[in-house]
Amino acid sequence: MEALGLVYVAAALLIGLGALGTAIGFGTLGGKLLEGSARQPEQGPALQGKMFLMAGLLDAVPMIGVGIGMYLIFVVAPSLV
Amino acid sequence: MAGDSTGYIQHHLQNMAYGELPAGYERHNADGTVSVLAEDTWTLAHSSAEAADMGFWAVHLDSLGWSIGLGLIFSFLFYRVAKNATAGVPSGIQSFVELLVSFIDGVVKDIFHHKNRMIAPMGLTIFCWVFMMNLMDLVPVDWLPMAAQKISGNEHLFFKVVPTTDVNITLGMAFTVFAFMIFFSIQQKGLIGFIKELTMHPFHSGKWYIDFTILVWVNLILEVVALISKPISLGLRLFGNLYAGEMIFILFGVMLGSGLVLGTAGVFLHLGWAIFHILVITLQAFVFMVLTTVYMAMAHDVDEEH
Repeated sequence: MEALGLVYVAAALLIGLGALGTAIGFGTLGGKLLEGSARQPEQGPALQGKMFLMAGLLDAVPMIGVGIGMYLIFVVAPSLV
Repeated sequence: MAGDSTGYIQHHLQNMAYGELPAGYERHNADGTVSVLAEDTWTLAHSSAEAADMGFWAVHLDSLGWSIGLGLIFSFLFYRVAKNATAGVPSGIQSFVELLVSFIDGVVKDIFHHKNRMIAPMGLTIFCWVFMMNLMDLVPVDWLPMAAQKISGNEHLFFKVVPTTDVNITLGMAFTVFAFMIFFSIQQKGLIGFIKELTMHPFHSGKWYIDFTILVWVNLILEVVALISKPISLGLRLFGNLYAGEMIFILFGVMLGSGLVLGTAGVFLHLGWAIFHILVITLQAFVFMVLTTVYMAMAHDVDEEH
């Protein structure tokens, strides 16, 4: 029974910390985009394109965490019950 | 459908695995009876436990079927448009394909500065194919399996519609890109060039005794880890996004099934998440294509001798 609780705690940490880091990262990314386009409005679209590319790349870390977290919750945990 | 929610979720994560169960294997049928197999039989797994017992040579029919089908649709559609492309007034579909091709060509030209005619078509194929596979995620989870159940009359038929939520598919694509990367590196830089790239970067002192005793091994560890992390992060990024996206759709499906208030809330949440997911789908297909092109460009970089 002990391992089951740990699995859920592990999944929660995996998803939570990943989300925390990405939220800060996206916040700064968005902020820099606004600063950049405020300084040079004509570069707005180009900057936005690159921001979405970086957002896609940044997404990897928390999403891998969420994927493994969900695997823990829905595959590993029921087998331990 | 399965009564409790965990059963519903478990049921919806089960790919349609086709594999061989050994003789004397007890199969727990849905109606509680247990049937023992007389001899090795190739069959569809009824539960994830059976799919696991099928071992290595079990094939996910649904992921393979949908991905190959979508790939064929993509190639046939683009082939037909290319076949009767007119310089005159373009038809609707032709202008759409031209838009896509010129967009992808622009992106690839920005990244890839070497001479290889295979990279832009590869980029186009990856972008369109991955986008089409991801697009299946917007179809509500239960529609197609239930339609198939009605048609085939077999109540226990279920398959996962989105191929990219199957880690085998995304890692398979990622390792194919990895194989291309190695092939092009060796083709452009030669085997020695490739090995030098792995062992001489980033530290080298020019004096062989220092190099070969310490620096080469440090470089090797750093470079090999960087090399291996490329396909794995490429594959798991797409898998993680789509798997989490579909998981949330399944959770909304559970909400729909439980009571009026939760049900209506589930519908609006489902709608909101689907709209956001449109961005995620295109973005992940675009990122997969851009990274593949970047890796190809790195494989072709010969002139950075330092």
